[in-house]
Amino acid sequence: MAAINRDDVAHLAQLAHIEMNAEELDRMAGELAVIVDSVKSVSEAAGDDVPRTSHPIPLTNVFREDVVGHTFTAEQALSGAPDSDENRFKVPAILDEA
Amino acid sequence: MSTDATLSFEEAMEKYDPVLGFEVHVELNTKTKMFSSAPNVFGDEPNTNVNEVDLGMPGVLPVVNRTAIESSIKIGLALNCKIAESCTFARKQYFYPDTPKNFQTSQYEDPIAYDGYLDIELSDGTIFRVEIERAHMEEDAGKLTHMGGSAGRIQGADFSLVDYNRSGVPLVEIVTKPIEGAGSRAPELAKAYVAAVREIVKNLGVSDAKMERGNVRCDANVSLRPHGRERFGIRSETKNVNSLRAVEHAVRYEIQRHAAVLDSGEPVVQETRHWHEDTRTTTSGRAKSDADDYRYFPEPDLVPIVASREWVEELRATLPEPPAARRKRLQADWGYSDLEFRDVVNAGVMDEIEETIAAGASATVARKWWMGEIVGRAKNADVDPGQLGVQPATIVELNRLVEDGKINNKMATEVLDGVLAGEGTPAEIVEKRGLAVVSDDGPLLEAIDAALAAQPDVAEKIRGGKLQAIGAIVGGVMKATRGQADAARVRELILEKLGVEG
Repeated sequence: MAAINRDDVAHLAQLAHIEMNAEELDRMAGELAVIVDSVKSVSEAAGDDVPRTSHPIPLTNVFREDVVGHTFTAEQALSGAPDSDENRFKVPAILDEA
Repeated sequence: MSTDATLSFEEAMEKYDPVLGFEVHVELNTKTKMFSSAPNVFGDEPNTNVNEVDLGMPGVLPVVNRTAIESSIKIGLALNCKIAESCTFARKQYFYPDTPKNFQTSQYEDPIAYDGYLDIELSDGTIFRVEIERAHMEEDAGKLTHMGGSAGRIQGADFSLVDYNRSGVPLVEIVTKPIEGAGSRAPELAKAYVAAVREIVKNLGVSDAKMERGNVRCDANVSLRPHGRERFGIRSETKNVNSLRAVEHAVRYEIQRHAAVLDSGEPVVQETRHWHEDTRTTTSGRAKSDADDYRYFPEPDLVPIVASREWVEELRATLPEPPAARRKRLQADWGYSDLEFRDVVNAGVMDEIEETIAAGASATVARKWWMGEIVGRAKNADVDPGQLGVQPATIVELNRLVEDGKINNKMATEVLDGVLAGEGTPAEIVEKRGLAVVSDDGPLLEAIDAALAAQPDVAEKIRGGKLQAIGAIVGGVMKATRGQADAARVRELILEKLGVEG
């Protein structure tokens, strides 16, 4: 069983801004442990001869030339914003959260 | 806001040994953003240089800007770094409204450039080597303006307004290794290091390098330890110190503050500090905490960057002469003393002098004009000397007028003022202001005019070609000047005046 306990889950939940109650934390600690173990078994399948990879497709250097493309107008950019002011997104003061 | 206790800098230096570290963010001047084709332009209307990628809309895919990669490799090479054969992007997760995706695309375990160094020259010529840990690529965040509460500060703000124009602008973050051994030169070294990085990226042409626009931003880490102890003290990180002077002042202040904390027997708090230019002090930001757990993982939407050695060498071949090497070459070419050259560099007219010499002036003449005349005028006008409006050709022309004896030095400065006032070229101004006179001839010409006016019939004869009649006019002039005029010169001037060939 992987070493993932209730405190780890509570910590991750806080980092990810997910509100979880005591029961959910307990349940998730168990479920996550199983998932981590499953991932571990994949790691075991790959020997030292398999290089570490961050991407499933063997592609590199997918680039775009430095040419200006389309943009939104401020109105379009703000069309889904809950609140705006002076053509800018309006958000609550956020110092306390940082 | 309470004021922190400080020790005098001298006392702090007697008791403690400072260790520095810098993170310098350089905004690249690509035409478009790091991962989107929206324009990378400063100062436009809010939220108009954005598209769906910059706003972090669901389902969008980033695509890497090739030019940004090349600029990053160039910066790495100029910092004497190794360039990674292969590297990846990573997601740095945090919640803050400047980042609409809730993560910043950055690099983590494998930066594009690593293990470099910069040799920094201090004001007395001492060379100090700063080791570079890494230079990695990432994207800039949007700009927050805090509204309400105490003007513009986040403390007490009621709400914030966000402009995402800067979101996604390509950044290269340059991180030093811990810098030991700077001692009391630490503040000076801090300033010189950031100045050197700025100079390099400007010289490479990969950044506009304007600190006042945030193109180059510095976070300064400072810690103190008792002399002779190897283990580092606890550091503070002063954020966004955005002018060269501020870098020097911030490091100096933090050394003084840390020294007072340590003297009191307390540990230094590991935290972010905010620099305040008005009071030249820092205040506590937030303590390092769980919020710094960024849970980096490889960016699944971007494939690895592979920098073939051929590509790297191609880019290396395009690098301009490094600024330090260029300074050495120019000083030798121009034959300036160390002091003269340092003054030129500090006055910010090295490029202008180089152009003036290229335009045809001697090194001495170029320095005389820029240092002697233009720097002072620029200071009065509160602009950079290069922006005052003096062209290299102007100086070459002014100097020629002086050397040809058309005007003297005093008049030349007057002509320079005329050029700056937009009255035209030096020759035009000499003409307009009636300066094209060698001053010694002035009284002679007056006397000649008087003598010609007194004897109009003689003047007429001379015009008619009877040159022997000139004696009467010369005599009149000699009389008027009580014999102190050079008769041969008077004769010349009379003929010139009447337009007659001698």
